[in-house]
Amino acid sequence: MHANHLIKDTRGDKVFKFFLFIFIVLAVLLVLYPLIYIVSASVSDLQSVNSGAMWLLPHGFTLEGYKVILNYGDIWRGYGMTIFYTVSGTLVSLALTIPCAYAISRPDFSGKKWFTNFMLVTMFVGGGLIPSYLLIRALGWVNTVWAIIIPGAASIYNIIVTRSFFQSSIPWEMQEAAIVDGATDFQLFFKIVLPLSAPIIAVMALFYGVGQWNSYFSALVYLQNKNLYPLQMVLRQILVLQDLQQGAATGATVTQSAAQAAFSKEQLVAVIKYGVMIVSSLPVILVYPFLQRFFVKGVLIGSLKG
Amino acid sequence: MAASAQSIVKPSNTKKRRHALFDLKRIKKNWRLYVLILPTFLCFLIFSYIPMYGVLIAFKDYVPVLGIWNSPWVGFKYFNQFFQSYYFWDLIRNTLGIQIYGLIVGFPLPIILALALNEMKDGFWKKFSQTITYAPNFISVVVMGGMIIAFLDPSTGIINHAIQALGFQPLAFMSDPKWFKTVYVLSGVWQGTGCGSVIYLAALAGVDPALHEAAIVDGASRVQRIWHINLPAIVPTMVILLILNVGSLFSMGYEKILLLQNPLNLSSSNVIATFVYKQGLLDGQYSYAAAVGLFNSAINAILLIVVNKISRRVSDNSLW
Repeated sequence: MHANHLIKDTRGDKVFKFFLFIFIVLAVLLVLYPLIYIVSASVSDLQSVNSGAMWLLPHGFTLEGYKVILNYGDIWRGYGMTIFYTVSGTLVSLALTIPCAYAISRPDFSGKKWFTNFMLVTMFVGGGLIPSYLLIRALGWVNTVWAIIIPGAASIYNIIVTRSFFQSSIPWEMQEAAIVDGATDFQLFFKIVLPLSAPIIAVMALFYGVGQWNSYFSALVYLQNKNLYPLQMVLRQILVLQDLQQGAATGATVTQSAAQAAFSKEQLVAVIKYGVMIVSSLPVILVYPFLQRFFVKGVLIGSLKG
Repeated sequence: MAASAQSIVKPSNTKKRRHALFDLKRIKKNWRLYVLILPTFLCFLIFSYIPMYGVLIAFKDYVPVLGIWNSPWVGFKYFNQFFQSYYFWDLIRNTLGIQIYGLIVGFPLPIILALALNEMKDGFWKKFSQTITYAPNFISVVVMGGMIIAFLDPSTGIINHAIQALGFQPLAFMSDPKWFKTVYVLSGVWQGTGCGSVIYLAALAGVDPALHEAAIVDGASRVQRIWHINLPAIVPTMVILLILNVGSLFSMGYEKILLLQNPLNLSSSNVIATFVYKQGLLDGQYSYAAAVGLFNSAINAILLIVVNKISRRVSDNSLW
């Protein structure tokens, strides 16, 4: 990448290149292996997976797991709720992020520093879990979709990334010219700035969307009604809680019947667990190529100086 | 979080001459901009600042019917209760143990990965390596927890199959407390290293190629160039991230640890965050849990300020 191909590599450089190669290959394989394993395990029969006969490629090909998943009502209800939370949450987040970021990007906006600091402070200081929970409860939002969509909708980090985009990509001179021509700040924002902001809107939609898709904690805290559970909460029941019973069963005093009941559930979990990992991540996998490109760009925009 | 490091520095670095905080004439002219920012402002005011007021319940005996303000004051009762409890030092030890372990293992790896990726020639393999190593970052924490539990299962997990294939006894990773921290930290490294390298790669992209060309002419080897050109270029980023990491040693997230915790590994997985969650939300001891949470954030704030001060004195790099 640097003009070093003009000069012949020294012996030391060759050794170095070799280690570099080993390091990268190792890193890639370490990341890749579990992912391949999940895909293969999801289409292999339970026996081969549990015995370790399946360790890389599918062994005893079967779609049994996916069939069970297809008929597992909770997963699809969770899927529906997650789609709802992701779409509505992302829209709310965009509505809170883009206009605010535009306002604090304007050099003539008096108080921009004050507003920025007002929001930045919350990155380091906060009330914590309990006061936040009590607030949501006082609002009457426990067990409602609002508790999932609204409280964390605006992220100061994303606001700052968006502000940097406006500052660096939309020339202030152009905006000044529009102001001279009599455009109001609303017209400027909606008719001139927004149409030029498609890239940052896409980046932010992806960031917020994936964040919302993957989150479970606010649902764990605020929702008891299982009909409102997002997919990740359903996954938690399947992947985490049911495995835990097995751990408890090997522990100590469990009656025989309870152990047997746990076993049949355990079978079910074992059959579907790798399949649900894939099914639940599918939308993220589909947007990943865009996500990755924008993710790098987002960091670049965010780290621009001034 | 990692990626935010540089942008946080920005507002404080550009200290210009002091304007009046608000300029009435301009407010009148730009009132529409205040309309644009108003919903976001209210969102932060309500969901971030009101809970800061709500922290008062840590000093009160919170009774829901009386509300926060009318509940009776009890001063530091709950703080004392926490300091004198038998689990106080366990919680501190577990929290710090996991975080410091994570910092020591997790901090250098993204730097090494970034330096290595930066040495690759642009093209398919570089892109491929980046695409693969960033990917785990986008796996949800629940799927991650499920993967850990599935892979480490003593009888069916692939890792234990590998251990047995090498001739050893299978290990009870999830139910043996002594393995918990390692499992937590290494799974975090697996998930976060690629993503953590992005910010360093961004800094490395800013290195002037002329420096490298000059060094080559002077006969510098690759290793020397990395050591004397690339590494110094990312030192400011490293310092900022180190400040943030050390400053957040006590701000451990709830999400992953709650998923991996079970009654058998509790002695090493019980940390302040999960303790607050259980005391407050599961047992309804709001005041006590809020006091523990507040103690935690207070330590955090002090730590951040101290680390920032030390760093400013030693290296000229600081958050503010």
